[in-house]
Amino acid sequence: MDLNKKFTPQSWPAHPENSTLEGKNKTLGFWIFLGGETVLFATLFATFLALKNKGPAGMEFSTQSLFELPLAFIMTMLLLTSSLTSVYAMYHMKNYNFKAMQAWLIVTVLLGLGFLGLEIYEFYHYVHLGFTFTQSAFGSSFYTLVGTHGLHVIIGLAWFILLMLRNSKRGLNLYNAPKYYLASLYWHFIDVVWVFIFTVVYLMGVLG
Amino acid sequence: MSSTAKKKGFGATIWDYLTTVDHKKIAILYLIAGTFFFVVGGIEAMLIRIQLAKPDNDFVSAGLFNEIITMHGTTMIFLAAMPLLFAFMNAAVPLQIGARDVAFPFLNSLGFWLFLFGGIFLNLSWFLGGAPDAGWTSYASLSLASPGHGIDFYALGLQISGAGTLIAGINFLVTIINMRAPGMTYMRMPLFTWTTFVASALILFAFPPLTVGLFFMIFDRMFDANFFDHINGGNTVIWEHLFWIFGHPEVYILVLPAFGLFSEIFATFARKRLFGYSSMVFATILIGFLGFMVWAHHMFTVGLGPTANAIFAVATMAIAVPTGMKVFNWLLTIWGGNIKVTTPMLYALGFIPSFVAGGVTGVMQASAPLDYQLHDSYFIVAHFHYVIVGGIVLALFASAHYYWPLMFNQMLNETLGKITFVFFFIGFHCTFFVQHFLGLMGMPRRVFTFMGGQGWDQFNLISTVGAFLMAIGVILLVVNVIITAIKNEPAGRDPWKDGRTLEWAIPQPVPYYNFKQTPLVRGLDTFWIEKMEGNKEGMTYAEPISDIHMPNNSFIPFMISLGLFVAAFGALYHQDTDKTWSIPVLIIGLAITFASMITRSLKDDLGYHIHKEELMNEKGGKH
Repeated sequence: MDLNKKFTPQSWPAHPENSTLEGKNKTLGFWIFLGGETVLFATLFATFLALKNKGPAGMEFSTQSLFELPLAFIMTMLLLTSSLTSVYAMYHMKNYNFKAMQAWLIVTVLLGLGFLGLEIYEFYHYVHLGFTFTQSAFGSSFYTLVGTHGLHVIIGLAWFILLMLRNSKRGLNLYNAPKYYLASLYWHFIDVVWVFIFTVVYLMGVLG
Repeated sequence: MSSTAKKKGFGATIWDYLTTVDHKKIAILYLIAGTFFFVVGGIEAMLIRIQLAKPDNDFVSAGLFNEIITMHGTTMIFLAAMPLLFAFMNAAVPLQIGARDVAFPFLNSLGFWLFLFGGIFLNLSWFLGGAPDAGWTSYASLSLASPGHGIDFYALGLQISGAGTLIAGINFLVTIINMRAPGMTYMRMPLFTWTTFVASALILFAFPPLTVGLFFMIFDRMFDANFFDHINGGNTVIWEHLFWIFGHPEVYILVLPAFGLFSEIFATFARKRLFGYSSMVFATILIGFLGFMVWAHHMFTVGLGPTANAIFAVATMAIAVPTGMKVFNWLLTIWGGNIKVTTPMLYALGFIPSFVAGGVTGVMQASAPLDYQLHDSYFIVAHFHYVIVGGIVLALFASAHYYWPLMFNQMLNETLGKITFVFFFIGFHCTFFVQHFLGLMGMPRRVFTFMGGQGWDQFNLISTVGAFLMAIGVILLVVNVIITAIKNEPAGRDPWKDGRTLEWAIPQPVPYYNFKQTPLVRGLDTFWIEKMEGNKEGMTYAEPISDIHMPNNSFIPFMISLGLFVAAFGALYHQDTDKTWSIPVLIIGLAITFASMITRSLKDDLGYHIHKEELMNEKGGKH
């Protein structure tokens, strides 16, 4: 593969992520990896459902007493919007518009950071109330499930930022296009997992 | 960059293997490391049998015995059987589908080093305060109460090596989907490729639950979480579920490739097309699917209730159907064939009755009411050793002989091979057959000694004698390898004369780029078709000779794995308040890993090309 080959929006392939064998392998491999990730989160969800509201005798914490839907709603909106902006970025990637792609990715990262900030605030708030990782089985399973998702957000953000910095001077080529594409695929996956967390942890927690 | 073997110095060879991304060399690495751990696990097995040779023995103490059985099981499953299967997958599968390498050569190397460092970490527990002692299943009610760091070594070591296995699984899935040569449709893939494919899919879905379970265990033991602690609302049965959701598919991850290897061997030495190829493929997929539906049959006595037990009992029995299909297909492949009883074929013939015996006891235990009687007795030990030794280990030994000329361009000595088989096979039945009776007579598993005069003495002694016969078999195999290496006679292409698939069509020694021209696959058993048509080259080509793209060697996989290995020590000793160095070690380890990953990201690694002219000048090995 020639990194110096210059493209125009016309000569740029319609599916740059799949136009080399390496890109094809990466895309397929990443989809398969996400299959494994799905099982990983399924396991965490199952454990959370089994241990929800379980703790030492007379525990005062429960999903009803802890969770507040407005906060979870704002977080959901931030993350869903960031997924949309990453779609815009990929739209520009496919049209060989590097600057617009980077710009939309910056918006995506900012929204993701907003989400992360609120999550940290939420955890801080719960810990302040005494609901900690070690306090009960409920606490352990809650922080592990939501925390694992948070860790994925951090990895996704780091991925975007490193990609943007690495390629800021050299623009798009068929070597880095699959990388951008997969980072955004990862971001969508994180988003889908959050939709389930919002439903299973927060909605089902507060509304029963 | 030429394949004409210049004599390399020792140091250069070591460096070559530390940095290699070539599937053929990684296969050899897996073979060496897997054999090492197989010997370690075998020594542990011998210690167990020596201790149980007579009643009231005091050869090892009760505590040490627990550590030995735990490490025997863990080592054999995770560090011996799986890597040895990966060795043959790496050696054969890319060649069988006509590929120049796996889809992700870099990840292939990373998977190996992660497995090796995880395995070394786990085994270092012997020298650092004691090995894990809660059984290979490490049930939380036992492992949370286990003092010392043994369980922490188990959890962290398996976490690292498990990541390597997951990477290898994804790599094979993508390789088999994307890298097949023109004409190699799914229904023309050799059965070993098929079983590797399905086993890789099982790895993909079975390992994440183990990862999560191990994290829960790490959190509970090291960070005072409460997943399994009932006083704080936890539930110890969660570990059992997670472990067996991984653990039962794991059985099929191991046995399906073994089935695939035997299918190749039967077809080759019966010199007949594999009988019922499509039903074999269907049975493989069905076993893989059902393998995820049966985990609770390990937990019949936990008290999940009659409904759950009935469902899992029926699902378990259902697996006997596709497995039976396979057995009949093998029998009918041999039937009417022009049979050559070589060493691999001998193992294959021995495999059928041995494995069927293990399968039949499996169906017995699938019946939940009977399982209450058999549970935790030596009957279980006999059953799973019949499946694992009678299925997987026989397949590994058979394939060692069968694929040795492919991997090393040398033939193992056939006479010595047959003597090895006799010792190992007789020893195997001698060891485990009597254990059925011990179990039925009430001897529980995992006891470090027993009282005399209960009618168990003689059977235990017979079992120990058998174990020694197996050990002689293993030593003979090692002797055979050494003799063959010293003799160093090139075996050449298609040394069995009856090869049917593409891996035998390639010249020996296999050029580092595999196929000079990508082959065109014209049917199932494509090499056989070409041979029958008198094609001396053994292949029809799908392309003219042109430039070949190759990946660069890399030291980064080694460094990533080394960093995690170092970090694991920091994490492990973090619980001891007197070890203030633990946090710096953790940080240094993770820094090594992340710095290596960032290096990988920042440095473009585009590989290189072997030019057409260079290929034209090269003979590419002798025919």
